[in-house]
Amino acid sequence: MTTLTRAELGALGERIATDHLVGLGLRVLARNWRCRYGELDAIAVDPGTHTVVFVEVKTRTGDGYGGLAYAVSEQKVRRLRRLAALWLAEQDRHWAAIRIDVIGVRIGRRRTPEITHLQGVG
Amino acid sequence: MALGRAFSVAVRGLDGEIVEIEADITSGLPGVHLVGLPDAALQESRDRVRAAITNCGNTWPTTRLTLALSPATLPKMGSAYDVALAAAVLSAQRKTPWRRLETVVLLGELALDGRIRPVRAVLPAVLAAKTEGWRIAVVPVDNLAEASLVDGIEVGGARTLAHLQAWLNGSAPLVDRITGAAPVPEPHADLADVIGQSQARFAVEVAAAGAHHLMLTGPPGVGKTMLAQRLPGLLPALSESESLEVTAIHSVAGLLSDATPLITRPPFVAPHHSSSVAALVGGGSGLARPGAVSRAHRGVLFLDECAEIGVSALEALRTPLEDGEIRLARRDGVACYPARFQLVLAANPCPCAPADPRDCICAAAAKRRYLGRLSGPLLDRVDLRVDMHPARANAFSAASAEPTARVRSRVTSARNAAAERWRPHGYTTNAEVSGSLLRRKFRLCNTAMQPLRTALDRGPLSIRGVDRTLRVAWTLADLAGRASPGLDEVGAALSFRQPGAAR
Repeated sequence: MTTLTRAELGALGERIATDHLVGLGLRVLARNWRCRYGELDAIAVDPGTHTVVFVEVKTRTGDGYGGLAYAVSEQKVRRLRRLAALWLAEQDRHWAAIRIDVIGVRIGRRRTPEITHLQGVG
Repeated sequence: MALGRAFSVAVRGLDGEIVEIEADITSGLPGVHLVGLPDAALQESRDRVRAAITNCGNTWPTTRLTLALSPATLPKMGSAYDVALAAAVLSAQRKTPWRRLETVVLLGELALDGRIRPVRAVLPAVLAAKTEGWRIAVVPVDNLAEASLVDGIEVGGARTLAHLQAWLNGSAPLVDRITGAAPVPEPHADLADVIGQSQARFAVEVAAAGAHHLMLTGPPGVGKTMLAQRLPGLLPALSESESLEVTAIHSVAGLLSDATPLITRPPFVAPHHSSSVAALVGGGSGLARPGAVSRAHRGVLFLDECAEIGVSALEALRTPLEDGEIRLARRDGVACYPARFQLVLAANPCPCAPADPRDCICAAAAKRRYLGRLSGPLLDRVDLRVDMHPARANAFSAASAEPTARVRSRVTSARNAAAERWRPHGYTTNAEVSGSLLRRKFRLCNTAMQPLRTALDRGPLSIRGVDRTLRVAWTLADLAGRASPGLDEVGAALSFRQPGAAR
């Protein structure tokens, strides 16, 4: 196995997370949406409840710095909320509800990547 | 469902209240949320509990953890909730919560490696748990001697968090309660060391027999401080309920030692004359902590060089002297501490204070100002005022004066007589008896009351002064073995209130 760069690792994690979302029955609207304030990793819609879901993906190969669980700080959640508002302002559609999720992808411990999906963090 | 529950006790003043601690583990970003009005020391307990739990071989939940302390409106302070918080978290992580936690109150601070450290105010907390009907109290092993003083509740000591866990699982016993360690009476200074001063010695004896307040004035070196320090040795040992009261106060103040968990001798508290109001009556931010008057509860508060003490500090003593308790209002509520102490004041007659008062070089105004700091209302509450003079005769005699043991036996018999007489009315010493009872039910004959009537008519004596003089007269009668005070006792009691040169 070749060693991945950090950017490649992040992209891999986001792809795995997107597959996971699709597997849950969500429809992915956008990936890596950027604006001057930052980036949203994935934006998906849950057709069942008509909810738009903003997803932050965290990919790790080790457990340093408190591991995956502590990677999303209060500050990060606040930024995600602001980016979600900016993205919604650009749209001309409406949704019943919005939600912010965090998907953690842990690579390298098992053969298949482990996914932790936290719903509604902010 | 990941919900754990444990119980602890919040101590406010001397009253304990049961605190229910819930730990809820839900999905969400990892974080610990502590709710229920914690103070700074309790906020930090999140970090202590987490380290202790992981260092005892457990895992800390990597999801959202909410810790709630209820009643939510009661401000909670201190580190005594650590053990209960840890138990609630560990219980929440299990499939089935520990049944035992429902009937146990937990007290103690956690070290980062999981050791359980001693905390303050364990005795009032365990007492509160007992009155609320809890079956078991688990305390830090270093506080076990103190907690064992409470009967009627099962008490156990835990060494570490792992030890507590093992007990909750039913696989290890707690440390048993400590019983029967009779506290050794500490050696007191003996009254035989004081040379001469027969009048002052008698005043100290009267003060001990009736729990009266005492003021000693005199030039330096005549033995004011020596006499005052020997007063606690004359007092009888505290009764069981009194011991618990005094020990509870000292427990809240954090002054109990491991060697003598139960205070059985009357405490002797001698604050320095630079003490502030807060140091004397109690204070502190948040909820007030007990001061010198409460630490001297059921004992002696000795104010040496009382003419040097700040006026405001002295005046703050007035209400506790009269009520026997002190209520201190601070931000987090009102704390009420008992403060039924015996006041002993000692002062020089003037600032220059030569060995012989005739050599005094102070200006009249300076002299007046010096003892004038002791206000009338305060001195009115002091029953026995004694002027001490330098002893010249017998200063080098080999014969020693009367020892403490002999005086104490007289004091004890006088106190027993007084307690027997006042028992139907709910008093134990002469100093506590209400004025109306003295003037109506235990009225003296007219001849005995004559000196008091004269003093009241002429003006130097207040109505309260009459009551206080009567109390001293009853004590004098008890010491003399008489059934009730006669003219002699009333006259002598009155003479203790009117020293020639006190003001």
